[in-house]
Amino acid sequence: MSTPLASYIFGIVSAALVLVVVIEMLRRRRLRERHAIWWLIAGILALVAGIFPATLGWAATLVGIEVPINLVFFVGIAILFLVCLQNASELTILETKTRVLAERVALLDLELRGMSTDDDNSARAADQNEPS
Amino acid sequence: MPAFNEEGSVAEVVREVNLRVPGATCLVVDDGSTDSTYARALDAGALVARLPYNLGVGGAMRVGFRYALENGFDAVVQIDSDGQHDPAGVPALLAVLDDADLVLGARFAGEGEYHVRGPRRWAMSVLAVVLSRTSRSRLTDTTSGFRASGPRAIAVFAKHYPAEYLGDTIEALVIASRAGLVIRQVPVSMRVRSAGKPSHNPFKSAAYLARAGMALGFAFVRPSSTYRIGSTQ
Repeated sequence: MSTPLASYIFGIVSAALVLVVVIEMLRRRRLRERHAIWWLIAGILALVAGIFPATLGWAATLVGIEVPINLVFFVGIAILFLVCLQNASELTILETKTRVLAERVALLDLELRGMSTDDDNSARAADQNEPS
Repeated sequence: MPAFNEEGSVAEVVREVNLRVPGATCLVVDDGSTDSTYARALDAGALVARLPYNLGVGGAMRVGFRYALENGFDAVVQIDSDGQHDPAGVPALLAVLDDADLVLGARFAGEGEYHVRGPRRWAMSVLAVVLSRTSRSRLTDTTSGFRASGPRAIAVFAKHYPAEYLGDTIEALVIASRAGLVIRQVPVSMRVRSAGKPSHNPFKSAAYLARAGMALGFAFVRPSSTYRIGSTQ
């Protein structure tokens, strides 16, 4: 397979850049491992395919895809899809957690006010909880 | 009593509850209202739990059930704060609670005047058929928000009351049936809302139907272990 040098280098540099950014974010704890995993996989695949274009052709024939670039598109979309799904799932979990916290807060608030009205010096606490 | 921006009616409903059901603890769950619902309910003599932001009826109900569970109440009656449910019907619900875990106040079962038409009516009949079959008892008004729960229902709902907006009344029934609770219904009369306006927007109705249908579908296919009484999930 003959690849013009410029695009060959471009592919490798792009893939390496993705990996560097992801690893750097992981290192600085800006990204958790379980969120980074798909990006790491994507970066590594891109790097392998960039350095050894033959592997791409080989993998494409293996799954019966005639034009190797279509495999790149397919894998790319699949990874993006999985990342989106994972994000939606994480969002659901977070929503559930904040909801439970909100419920808890409402009950604690109620309990707290009950306690302070039991006290004789209730005026103080009641005033603080007055709605805006 | 879940309340979201019901300053016009909540105080009156609270007073009426205290009058009609003396001895009951009236808990208003202020679902992140931006008006004076909280102050009005307090002034009327209710206990008020205040959610920091709007969670929807489901979240408010869950707070109520959890409060009941933690404070050892053995019956919870859910009543709308817009005044459409007549607190005079509460004793009738509680009477049936002796041999059921969940009692619905049904609006079409003969008493009072309550009519809906069009797609909403059809959907309500479909829901009634499906849910009657699931719960093995005849239910005609499955979207009624006027209901009484016994101790077993409280335990299930404190943990699993559905949070999804609008689907909550229906999904709660499926959850209750799947947890093996006994569901009954009692005819109650409905009143015109004392404040606020009912939603008759066809698009909203359509959205309501779609969400109700989805809630129903997913409630059926959820793993059954989820709803077992005492499950830790």
